[in-house]
Formats: sequence, C-alpha cells, structure tokens
Amino acid sequence: MSEVKKVLFGPILANNPIALQILGICSALAVTSSLNVSLVMAIALTLVTGFSGFFIAIIRNHIPNSIRIIVQMIIIASLVIVVDQILKAFAFEISKQLSVFVGLIITNCIVMGRAEAFAMKNGPVMSFVDGIGNGLGYSAMLIVVAFFRELLGAGKLFGVEILATVQNGGWYQPNGLMLLPPSAFFVIGLVIWALRAYKTDQVEEPEFKIAANSRSQEAL
Amino acid sequence: MASSNDSIKKTVIVALSLCLVCSIFVAAAAVGLKPIQTANKDLDRKRNILSAAGLLEEGKSVDEIFENVEARIVNLQTGKFATDEEMQAAGISAGSFNQQAAAKDTALSIDLKGNDPAGIKRRSNFSEVYLVRAGDDIDRIILPVHGYGLWSTMYGFMALQGDFNTVLGFGFYDQAETPGLGGEVDNPNWKASWEGKKVYNSDGEAVLQLAKGSVDSSDPQADYRIDGLSGATLTSRGVTQLVQYWLGDNGFGTFLSHLRSGGV
Repeated sequence: MSEVKKVLFGPILANNPIALQILGICSALAVTSSLNVSLVMAIALTLVTGFSGFFIAIIRNHIPNSIRIIVQMIIIASLVIVVDQILKAFAFEISKQLSVFVGLIITNCIVMGRAEAFAMKNGPVMSFVDGIGNGLGYSAMLIVVAFFRELLGAGKLFGVEILATVQNGGWYQPNGLMLLPPSAFFVIGLVIWALRAYKTDQVEEPEFKIAANSRSQEAL
Repeated sequence: MASSNDSIKKTVIVALSLCLVCSIFVAAAAVGLKPIQTANKDLDRKRNILSAAGLLEEGKSVDEIFENVEARIVNLQTGKFATDEEMQAAGISAGSFNQQAAAKDTALSIDLKGNDPAGIKRRSNFSEVYLVRAGDDIDRIILPVHGYGLWSTMYGFMALQGDFNTVLGFGFYDQAETPGLGGEVDNPNWKASWEGKKVYNSDGEAVLQLAKGSVDSSDPQADYRIDGLSGATLTSRGVTQLVQYWLGDNGFGTFLSHLRSGGV
C-alpha cells in the first residue's frame, strides 16, 4: 500500500514532472492564464496519462521493440481525441478556450515520458496509479501558476473578481504581463526555487564552477 | 519473449490490431457525440446573436427567445434579400448558411485584392442577417461582421435599431487578441459603450470608428466615436476597419440604405 501511495503522491512534491523533471512546460505556459481553463486541462491530462499508462501496460509484453514509440503514440493520440470530443460535447465554452492545447496533450512530454519509463515495465494498475500521480503533480503546478497569473493579471479567481480592477472602477491596476505566456516562466521559476529551498535534495550539482574574479595584481 | 515480439509477423499483427481497435474507439466517440456538438455550436451562435441584440433574458432558454428571430439571406451585390431563384442557384438556404465556407467557394465569393481594409481576403456574395420584427416593421437587425485584428480574425455581430443607423449592441464571439489588451474587446463595459452610437453621417457614409484614447462627449463627432482600447492600437484599428467595411458599400451599406428607403 505504501508503494501505491509513493507512486501516487510522490510526483506532487518530491518528483514533480514540471518542477524537477522540467517536462510539459509548453502547455503550462499556454493555458495557465485562468484557473478554470487550467483545471480542465489538468483533469484532461491526468486522465490521459492514467489511461494511456493502463492500456500500454496491458499490452506491454506484446509490443515489438521496433515500433514501441509508435504504439504508445497511437494509444495516447486516440485517448486525446476522445477527451477532445467529450469536451466539445459537454464543456463547449472551455473547449473553445483550450482550442488547440487539448490536441497538444499528445505531444506533452509527461505522457510519453511516463509511458516509456514506467508503463513499459510495470503492471496495468500500478501504471494507472503512476499516470494519475504524475497528472496530479502537473495539475498542482498548473493550479499554483494559474492562481498567481489570474489573480495578478486579471484580479480574478475562477472568473470571480477578487481585486477590483481599474477598468471596472476599482483600485487594482492589473499586471498585463501576467496574462502573457512568458510570465509563467517567472512563476514556475519562483516555485522551483521555493521547492528546492524546502527540499534541498532536489538541488543539482552545478555542472561547472564559476572561477573567482581575477585580481588586478594577478592580471599584471 | 523479446525475440518473438520482434518478428515481422508479430510486428504487423500488433500494429494492425492496435490500429483497428483504436480507430473503432475514436470513430465511436466522434460519431456518438456529433449531435451534441452540433447542437452546442448552434446554441453558441444563437446566444451570441441574441446577446448582441440585447435580447438575452434570465430564465428563458436561448431556443425559446430565438423563435422571434428571423434568419434571412442577403445578396450583398444587389443589396436586397436574396430571391428564391438566387438561393436555389447558389444551393443555400436561410438558417443553415455557412458564410465561412461560402467565402472559400470561388463561385459564391469575390476576391478583395486591393480593396480589403478588413483583411478578410475573400467576401461571400451572400450573408445571413437576423431580423426581429415588431408587427410588420423590422425592430432590430443583427449583422454578422468579421475582420483581422492584430493576431486573429475576429468574428462578431453588430445589432442595429429599426432606423438602421443606431447601434444597439456589438460583440465578438470568436477572437484571439492579446488577453488584457486587445482581448478587452470582450469587456462588457466597453461593449456597452457602443449602444446608441450612430453608424452613418448625414452624407450616408459609414464613419463609426474607435477614437484614440477616450471620447470627449463635447466633440460634435462623439456620436460616431467609441473609446479606443488602451495598449491595443492595432486591434482598435482592426475593429474600426471591419466595422466600416461591413457597414460600407461593399458590405451591408447598400442593403441598409434600401431598408431605410423601404425598397426591399
């Protein structure tokens, strides 16, 4: 049971796919300008990662090595199309906002990464749990980023006004940068910093050392 | 185990059966959900038409209100409602006209080379319009408009009052301008500022435009000016151009002047 727990909750803080493995950054930049959209994206990705792990693990002993990546892609792509169709049918407004990004779950490194690294070597149930766990890690990160971006960029949370903005006669001058994708880089960077300050084992060895400044006497 | 998996026979069998299973799965989802998706799109369009005309009411379903709205096809070249023969010849009918598809069809559209302020490349010869009648008279008319902003083609509806000059409402239902800057075209306060503005000056030219900065109400032209969007010069310019194009002579201008003189 503790094994399941570790696989499920490990990716949230200890082994976060975005913060530690730096995977899935592109969609984390694109969809996090509002919480609603991020939440739907997070749910969609979690389901796709979970089920693709499950199905790939079921047939893992029959996948020929030469076409294994293609096989994984087909399963992932089919799931993504199904998710996209379901969103269009039952959450039309949100699917309009997510537009192309649901389709791009196919190329999200987290999904492929988990399929290749975990589902090819483990049973279906564990792979499913691993997929959900990594999806949760991604979701946690997305929601944190979206929280700051929507609050500071639009003065809202889930579309509900929290800080009265100047445009609507309030006092808060929204920070337009927070609504643009690059701001997610700053937020993600700050979160990674905070996470590594808390969990110091995540800090990597520097790949090279910067030499001390040469002094004027040495230069002569 | 590994060697048997890698045989050509096994590879082909796995590939084929996987493709078959996945395609059945995907096709079932796509076909099964199609009716709901089409209904959603339809509902979304109707909601936007009603919202531009200020007809949305709480507690009433969109379909219920939309029963009072009449969809008609306009021939933009003659500036009149399309006759049955014209519609038959073009293979279109009111209520199911797809303007975006028609604009791609060379038989149903014209190339705007050199005269394309709205940046739409081709304009369809027909357009659907939506009428709300009070008795026999047209009380409100809703016109579909579109044009290029900074990043995206913006699709919207403009609703005019029965004098075919005063704006009743305006809004985009599809745009991808910069959120917070050009994306403010969706701001309800800004959209509300369109109400009561006039499109045509005394010479009958479409002069409604977005001002630089905010509109000074003492300006004699204030009736033809809307507050510009701060930080979104190009989106503002795009909105001005698409409004002037679609309400000008190449768009609905002729049709509206026919309506004003009662000659339709």
